[in-house]
Amino acid sequence: MAGKVENISSEKLWGGDGSPFRISYGKQWMWMFLVSDALTFGGLLTAYGFARHQADAWPIGEETFNAMPFLGSGYPLLYVALMTFILIVSSVTMVLAVEAAHRLDKKGVTKWLLLTVVGGFFFVGSQAWEWYHFIHGTHYGSILTTEGWAVVDYVGEDLVLKFGRGVEAIGERAQELWQGAIALSGSSEPYTMQGANLIENEYAPMVPQYADFFFFITGFHGFHVFSGVVFNLIILINVVRGVYDKRGHYEMVEKVGLYWHFVDLVWVFVFTFFYLV
Amino acid sequence: MERDDLIRDHEYSLLANHDEEHGKEIRKKIWVVTAILTAITVVEVIIGAFIKQYDSTGGDNSLWPYVKLGFIILTVVKAAYIVLIFMHLGDEKKNFKWVILGPYILFIIYLIFICLTEASYWNAVFGAPGSIAS
Repeated sequence: MAGKVENISSEKLWGGDGSPFRISYGKQWMWMFLVSDALTFGGLLTAYGFARHQADAWPIGEETFNAMPFLGSGYPLLYVALMTFILIVSSVTMVLAVEAAHRLDKKGVTKWLLLTVVGGFFFVGSQAWEWYHFIHGTHYGSILTTEGWAVVDYVGEDLVLKFGRGVEAIGERAQELWQGAIALSGSSEPYTMQGANLIENEYAPMVPQYADFFFFITGFHGFHVFSGVVFNLIILINVVRGVYDKRGHYEMVEKVGLYWHFVDLVWVFVFTFFYLV
Repeated sequence: MERDDLIRDHEYSLLANHDEEHGKEIRKKIWVVTAILTAITVVEVIIGAFIKQYDSTGGDNSLWPYVKLGFIILTVVKAAYIVLIFMHLGDEKKNFKWVILGPYILFIIYLIFICLTEASYWNAVFGAPGSIAS
């Protein structure tokens, strides 16, 4: 085909004096990928900010996300905080794996990388639970009253209507609103919305984008975590097989480590902007 | 396996293998950073649990904008620890550090600009675009 293959010595090919960054090719381009990926997340969170401040009202994180597995509701943000902690801990085990890699300590790398994979699975599992809960919705859903949408709850036998931002109707007033809601719907039951999908959600019935942003941002992040777990697992298998011992260095552990810390980094921002503020 | 890039001995972070003693120091640093990150998260959740965005009538809590700003600062502090210590960017060459951090400094300036011009603050102080400030 085109010309003959010639072996060119590396000195002739590159007359420079080593890489200007004193960093290997693979690590440098992992960083470049992370820079662009972080801008994607930055774009998503910026879009979220625009949508949020354009809407008249936006649900408050600690009112929407207040459930714990096995314990029910009434634990504002505790579960998300736990997820954040799990991810931070798995980031720590990863940095310990990288440290062990610098000492060429195969046993150490195996141990810490395995713990990182376990932590990653825990996080993905937690997110699955949270999605399930978000899609499924509150116990009784939200009803449309003459005063706007309210989440239905019961304290013992007593009806409580939660309008968000700490505003609640109880006792006589709640019953009155319930009757009004039935009159409004024109049937025997109030107009009810339960759970969330891409078209409507009970947490912010007036802003359907709320659930869209939840699904897209946490979903995109969750997909990153899942890919990270797969990468870590592949590298773990290579470590156990002794691939990097033969190679004389464990730089691959460092590279997937960069990716894994990045996933933790993004979550720190999602936690603040989606849940806290 | 031969490396696919050019190596100038002992100047690449890859070749910075260290002994057990140095490892002990690094591990100590890792645990200190872990404690800091955990403490910040706990503080954030506690503040979030006790200071509400609304007051007793469902209106805005006048304290909230400052709490929000505090959350954003704490987030940036956490991010800095993760990037500089966990991702070892602090140990890389100075020019590489700026290649990574430069775009984000621009991005943050852009976000501050957006917050000022798109939100009510700028319009309240200087008047809406196209109108004459009174």
